[in-house]
Amino acid sequence: MAKKVLVYSTATCPFCIRAKQFLKENGIQFEDIDVSADENKASEMIKKSGQMGVPVIEIDGEFIVGFDKEKIKEVLGI
Amino acid sequence: MYDLIIIGAGPAGITAAVYAARKRLEFLVITADIGGQTAWSGDIENYTGYQFITGPDLTAKFEEHMRKYKVPVKESEEAVELKKTGDAIRVKTAKGEYESKTAIIASGKKSRELGVPGEREFKNKGLTYCATCDGPLFSGKVVAVIGGGNSALDAALQLMRIAKHVYIVNNTPRLGGDAIMREKVERSGIVTVMNDARVTSVLGDKMVRAIKVDKAGKEEDLSIQGVFVEIGLVPNSAFAKDIKKNEYGEIIVNCKNETNVPGIFAAGDVTDVPEKQIVIAAGEGSKAALAAFKYLNSL
Repeated sequence: MAKKVLVYSTATCPFCIRAKQFLKENGIQFEDIDVSADENKASEMIKKSGQMGVPVIEIDGEFIVGFDKEKIKEVLGI
Repeated sequence: MYDLIIIGAGPAGITAAVYAARKRLEFLVITADIGGQTAWSGDIENYTGYQFITGPDLTAKFEEHMRKYKVPVKESEEAVELKKTGDAIRVKTAKGEYESKTAIIASGKKSRELGVPGEREFKNKGLTYCATCDGPLFSGKVVAVIGGGNSALDAALQLMRIAKHVYIVNNTPRLGGDAIMREKVERSGIVTVMNDARVTSVLGDKMVRAIKVDKAGKEEDLSIQGVFVEIGLVPNSAFAKDIKKNEYGEIIVNCKNETNVPGIFAAGDVTDVPEKQIVIAAGEGSKAALAAFKYLNSL
């Protein structure tokens, strides 16, 4: 079964865009959550991940901070 | 043994790779990331051929161009040592060791760190080097921008619209940067500028809660929830121990991109070439690749 992928991002963050580009290129479906537009989502991200920097990528409950391509590949198994 | 190893894959390294591929060299790119500072950039309006393009989009274009030639790229791998012994140049990373006849150092620059206790611990926990990225997370909060140049002012201008209050902690007697930006910051009414002030530590529990600021020998705790470090850039050149650098740590090159060690070239923001621009870095990368090609032919 496909893993559930959430990308917490802001519209202005270059690495969020790179991360989303990377997921798209690899045919990974994800939900994009713009935390700059939704304060509740922002606090949810901070609470769940303990992180205050975007992008935060959540894959089946596992959190990856920043655009860490190797880590994303490893967790997704691609 | 490779003909060439390129260290870095920003505009300089990627352009060098395109040229090296077209010369059919046996080569390798070793890099921490793709795009370097270009990937961090917002809007770019001065790269010839593109009246407007964003940093991430230009990075994607660069990468696509390089991948077209099936260039072998060791990504997420950082050079930790570069040494020439006899005719062989050895590049060491955390994952392995590679040997080559020539090398191009195109490792660029990275954000300068404060170098104070708490900085590493609270990175991404209230402390950040990218106001553009993380600024929106600090809506309604009290934040501090560390620095006094254009990048600090730019961060303050962005944060003024989001945060409740912005402190600028500047370690010189007055703010630098462009007058037009300074005026905007000073007029805003929600920015407090602290001159001659140095951050000595970052404090907090799970997240940042305060910074300690030294002002003329007197220390005070400033309660804030966000720290934006904007104190300029440093070249990624420490691994190249035998290569001559200037006082800023930039690698000294001549007009052929040669360093003091024959066969080792450098290009882009890591060098002492004046003006740090994407278009310049790309041009320097092509020069360095052509210089390495000529050097190989002379062996």
